[in-house]
Amino acid sequence: MRRLFGRRDATLALIIAALLCAIVWRAPVFASAGNLDTVINDGAILTIMALAQMHALVARGVDLSVGAVMALAGMLAALLSRAHPELPALLALGLAGGSGLVLGAANGALIAGLGMPPIVVTLGTLSVYRGLVFVISDGAWVNAHELGQSFLSFPHERLLGLTHLTWIALAVVAASYLFLHHRRAGRELFALGGNPAAARAVGIDVARRELLVYTITGTLAGLSGYLWVARYAVAYTETALGFEMQTIAACVIGGVSIRGGRGGVVGCLLGSAFLVILFNALPVIDVSPFWQMAISGATILAAVVLNARSERRRLAARRILPVAGVPAASRAT
Amino acid sequence: MIAAEDEAKTVAPARSARATPATPSRPRAGLFARWESVLVLLLVAVCAANTWASPYFLDAQNLLDSTQSFAEKALIALSMALVIIGRDIDLSIASIVALCGTVIGWLATQGVGTPGLLVASIACGTALGMFNGALVARLGLPAIVVTIGTVSLFRGISFIALGDGAYTSFPEGFDALGQGYLLGVVPYELVVLVVLAAAFHVLLHNTRVGRRLYAYGQNPDAARYSGIDVDAHRFWFFTLNGSMAGLAAALLTSRIGAARPNMASGWDLEVIAIVVLGGVGIGGGTGRMSGVILAVFVMGLLTFGLGLRNVPGIMLNIIVGALLVASVALPAILKRIEQSRRGA
Repeated sequence: MRRLFGRRDATLALIIAALLCAIVWRAPVFASAGNLDTVINDGAILTIMALAQMHALVARGVDLSVGAVMALAGMLAALLSRAHPELPALLALGLAGGSGLVLGAANGALIAGLGMPPIVVTLGTLSVYRGLVFVISDGAWVNAHELGQSFLSFPHERLLGLTHLTWIALAVVAASYLFLHHRRAGRELFALGGNPAAARAVGIDVARRELLVYTITGTLAGLSGYLWVARYAVAYTETALGFEMQTIAACVIGGVSIRGGRGGVVGCLLGSAFLVILFNALPVIDVSPFWQMAISGATILAAVVLNARSERRRLAARRILPVAGVPAASRAT
Repeated sequence: MIAAEDEAKTVAPARSARATPATPSRPRAGLFARWESVLVLLLVAVCAANTWASPYFLDAQNLLDSTQSFAEKALIALSMALVIIGRDIDLSIASIVALCGTVIGWLATQGVGTPGLLVASIACGTALGMFNGALVARLGLPAIVVTIGTVSLFRGISFIALGDGAYTSFPEGFDALGQGYLLGVVPYELVVLVVLAAAFHVLLHNTRVGRRLYAYGQNPDAARYSGIDVDAHRFWFFTLNGSMAGLAAALLTSRIGAARPNMASGWDLEVIAIVVLGGVGIGGGTGRMSGVILAVFVMGLLTFGLGLRNVPGIMLNIIVGALLVASVALPAILKRIEQSRRGA
């Protein structure tokens, strides 16, 4: 239990509880079942994408193209549904996930195959993918009445009281937990994020792991693209614009280190929960939505300051001599 | 960004800092000389394609006027290059532009005159740059997370102040900043760009500050051991980047005659794309000002040409993104080929 719930996670959980109490005290309607249902459904997509982003961050990378992949995959699914409204929703979901996989693998090939910096590659493909949404849709919107019935209703249908959207998010949480914390490939991501040279020296195939990471972020972004379009019942060029920042914010708040090698599924989950509760509470307690951006920025800064403090304390405790670094030979390969 | 583990050669730090430019980078220096030739060829190709595509392109006054549309971004690219050479990154410049624009828009309604607005915009940008710099250099936080935070914070403050409104009333003569001409021919913005580009070139390549920037961009630990106050330099380069964004904000607000919270959106990407296209390595310590200045004109004239052909702005995104990836992929592929040839 202690390993599952680190001290940092426990602190964050307490902060979230305090935040919830404060909100409910100001506006009891927030605790109503209907509202909580909305909050959970709103949080599902952010949770999926924050977990995806965590894979990249842990491996000392970043995927800035997730928002654009969501828009492109969502648009492809929407165009399919517009052309053939009778097709089952699972086909749209498969198309979105499959196209996300291809787009993510393209990122991964550039990063792992050519050794290019992830931030440059994904900044470039963000722009390309977003432009392609415009190309395939001719800049037009695909609206609710053009989409198939099952396409629209699938995420909202319920199974055992929870929506499909929530179930998918839970499945991603469980899969990420098993993969990152209990599978060898997942543990290797932490190793290569903590020290790429050492990871190479102990025989981890860094390029293959990097390809895997960006394929995972791309696939999950593709799936989320469909879920986003179906939930908000519209697909257009600006779908999920800037969403990559929110996913990184959720990770940073959840204690995932931007320098790689550090992070956990529980923390990431709490980070997403914190942001979703905050954003959903603002309108309920009568704060203008124009405050949302500044508040999220301030929250990220506060979280990163706190993270750095705890990280420095940890490093100070571990380091006795100044680090001499790794032998140059191991970097050359 | 500066993790001690990244640096391999700390055995004789002072020597390794001096040794780095001498031995291993000689082939690289050749590559960069070639990179600038690639940019010149690219520039010629863009001009040729534009001339072929539109009869309005090759017109002296049109060309001079077109520089206004990219001069503001170009100004920020100059200082952004320095930040990136120093192993940092600043994603928040577009938000700094928006907040500075909002501040001077408000000051204009309070009756402040044109010179006052210009000074206020630069001062506001400088202060915001200092805020970034203090968090990154003084508190030792990763630049990418700090500036992702300030992206939302700065633009968010602008949204709180303005909502979906805008400031559109400015004093007499303010429009001359971004729309006026020197001697009735050359836009002021181009004059400012040329003067500052020269100044940045000298700063990077002919001063001690520039040499130190390369030194710590190559190897921050070695630079620290040889007595360079790395964090002070990083702080001031973030500050300078803020000042340039403040200057760009004044010019942009004057040119479009309005300050809105969503102004300059997407500039962060475009500015970084220009810098990387100009041959500045995102890993720090490499790149030259001449490359960045060439990249400014490649990107600017490309945008202008597409505009003449009525190509929608978002299509430009595809080209910019592809150029950004290609400009990094190409040298990587060349290096691979070179290596395999040497290995064989």
